[in-house]
Amino acid sequence: MAVVSSANSTVMNNVEAVRATLYEAMKNDERTVILGEDVGARGNVFLITKDFVAEFGERRVIDTPIAEASIVGIAVGMAMEGLRPIAEIQFADFIYPSFNQIVGEAAKIRYRSNGEYTCPLVIRTPYGGGVRGALSHSVSIEALFYHVPGLKIVAPSFPDDVKGLLNAAIDDPDPVLFLEHKKTYRLIKGEVPDGHYTIPLGKANVRKAGTRLTVVSYGLYLHWALEAAERLQEEDVSVEVIDLRSIRPMDKTAILNSVEKTRKLLIVHEDNKFGGIGAEISAMVAEEALFSLDAPIRRLCGPDVPSMGYALPLEEEFMSSPAEMADAMRAMVKF
Amino acid sequence: MATTDLRTGSLERHGLSDEQLRDMFRNMLLQRQLDNRGFQLNRQGKVPFALGSEGHEALQAGAAMAFNRGRDILAPYYRDLGLCLGIGLSPFEILLSIFARAEDHNGGRQFPNHYSSKAAGLMSFSSILAAHLPHAVGAAFAIAYRGETGRAVLATCGDGTTSEGEWHESMNFAAVHKLPFVMLVENNEWAISTPLEKQMAQPEIWKRAAGYGMPGRRFNGFNPIETYAAVMEAMDRARAGEGPTLVEGTCYRYLAHSTDDNDLTYRTREAVQERRKDDPVPAFEAVLIEHGIVSPEDVAAMRKDILRETNEATDAAEALPYPEPTDLYKHVYEGAWEPWQS
Repeated sequence: MAVVSSANSTVMNNVEAVRATLYEAMKNDERTVILGEDVGARGNVFLITKDFVAEFGERRVIDTPIAEASIVGIAVGMAMEGLRPIAEIQFADFIYPSFNQIVGEAAKIRYRSNGEYTCPLVIRTPYGGGVRGALSHSVSIEALFYHVPGLKIVAPSFPDDVKGLLNAAIDDPDPVLFLEHKKTYRLIKGEVPDGHYTIPLGKANVRKAGTRLTVVSYGLYLHWALEAAERLQEEDVSVEVIDLRSIRPMDKTAILNSVEKTRKLLIVHEDNKFGGIGAEISAMVAEEALFSLDAPIRRLCGPDVPSMGYALPLEEEFMSSPAEMADAMRAMVKF
Repeated sequence: MATTDLRTGSLERHGLSDEQLRDMFRNMLLQRQLDNRGFQLNRQGKVPFALGSEGHEALQAGAAMAFNRGRDILAPYYRDLGLCLGIGLSPFEILLSIFARAEDHNGGRQFPNHYSSKAAGLMSFSSILAAHLPHAVGAAFAIAYRGETGRAVLATCGDGTTSEGEWHESMNFAAVHKLPFVMLVENNEWAISTPLEKQMAQPEIWKRAAGYGMPGRRFNGFNPIETYAAVMEAMDRARAGEGPTLVEGTCYRYLAHSTDDNDLTYRTREAVQERRKDDPVPAFEAVLIEHGIVSPEDVAAMRKDILRETNEATDAAEALPYPEPTDLYKHVYEGAWEPWQS
């Protein structure tokens, strides 16, 4: 797919979109600080904050000690005291030590103080596999957090959504977990509108319109689902692909409208199936639109193992593929 | 540092006026009265839970005197009744928390003693120990970031909390960034049922300061004046931009951990009675009387006034309504909220 910059947009990959948005936030609001491991001189392990420290200084681009619980915890305190921190967890796999700070603290500050204190905080982290990241640089974490009221979760897949949703997350008065699929960082390019704009949290996007089947996905698998849907299009089978974009809140209307039209639902995600995002979507559709369905809901998800292995066959076995997704789509359409 | 010795009756004021000394003593009496009130209400079946701070009175009355209202920030834990009173919370606000009334700062959501007041500079905290310390450090960072000199964050915890990883992480970050942060450890020797020797091999917590590259000191937390002097020195360092300090006050937990704890399962009544000999409330009273700062009649009047104030606060808070059931759904996020968006 050729992508060219126009007068009002710039072609970027996902890394560049994150970087450009963070840069704009730092420029626009003195209350914004970035903290995390290696975000300063190193410029983040993916070079997202490269040169930021030279421009904004060490007080605003903070290389923290290797201590994830307090990276989030200190950001919570900053947010309670009037700053607008953007905390980075270097890899989503490293977020576990900060679990209490996210679930027990950040998500409850407003609630437990009856609205006296708020926690406008963004926690960014790269997640997902397919990069030979082994057990501890590959995981998907969204299902561990999407159960938690008080938290918002965003998982954009395209650079234009990265910018609009990250801007919305930064503006949001509540804590937002911002998930960036690391395999899409440089793989996915697209036009990003110039200037400041936001995309509301909780709004999905129909990335491909279709009539025979609804596919809901996000992250790397969204791109593979689109690829699979294009293959089916060549076979004259029209599949609708919804990019969820936000995981909490989730866009019920977009899913139901599509399912009412196609009468079939396939949910595709890299995170394992049991208790995953697809479980909630399935339950919602079963509650709200069971009699519109012409086939059982199907979920194509990661296997029920702790993570993908480092050895190539162990990673490949974990990961799905556009071909596998196309097969699942064909089976659903035939049902 | 010259010290007041509560046993010999010598008095080193550290600049405190008669009025300030009386205020500290009144705070100590009020703490004990409110502590008792919480336990009484629980035993009367009027409230499901109460927490006490008995044994911490002097430490908290002294530390609160080192807090500048309207400027400093307090990040306390759940055994800090006296500190919260000392920075401006009223007995009525305490009773609102005990009764979980709608007017409570937390809207009746949190346990008693989990106070929060943005107006008073009192940061909201949970029951998860040490989780508030990174928040305190983040607040201290915000103060320094904005270049606000003359402000500091006073964070507190018990000895038990110093075993948590976030205690270490907070101390380390505060030291690296030379933040206006004071870590006050109220060492009462018990982490619910676990005594100090099972918590740490080296029982002098203040000595850890050296490992973080910050000053540390220990003081007798049964002595409110010594506490004030130690905490004030640390707060002044922080306010002047000279960085954090670890201060450890020794005290004792006279009551069980909470109304739901039976401390006789892990310590003897006799052991507690032995420590009652050092009870800071009568000891400080004796010193103040000896030096003519209060008379026995003053003390009696003070006690009477505190009882009246506590009774009035109890009646006033009890008469107020609980939150509405529908308040459960408020303040999850800003504005109305559903996880499913339409």
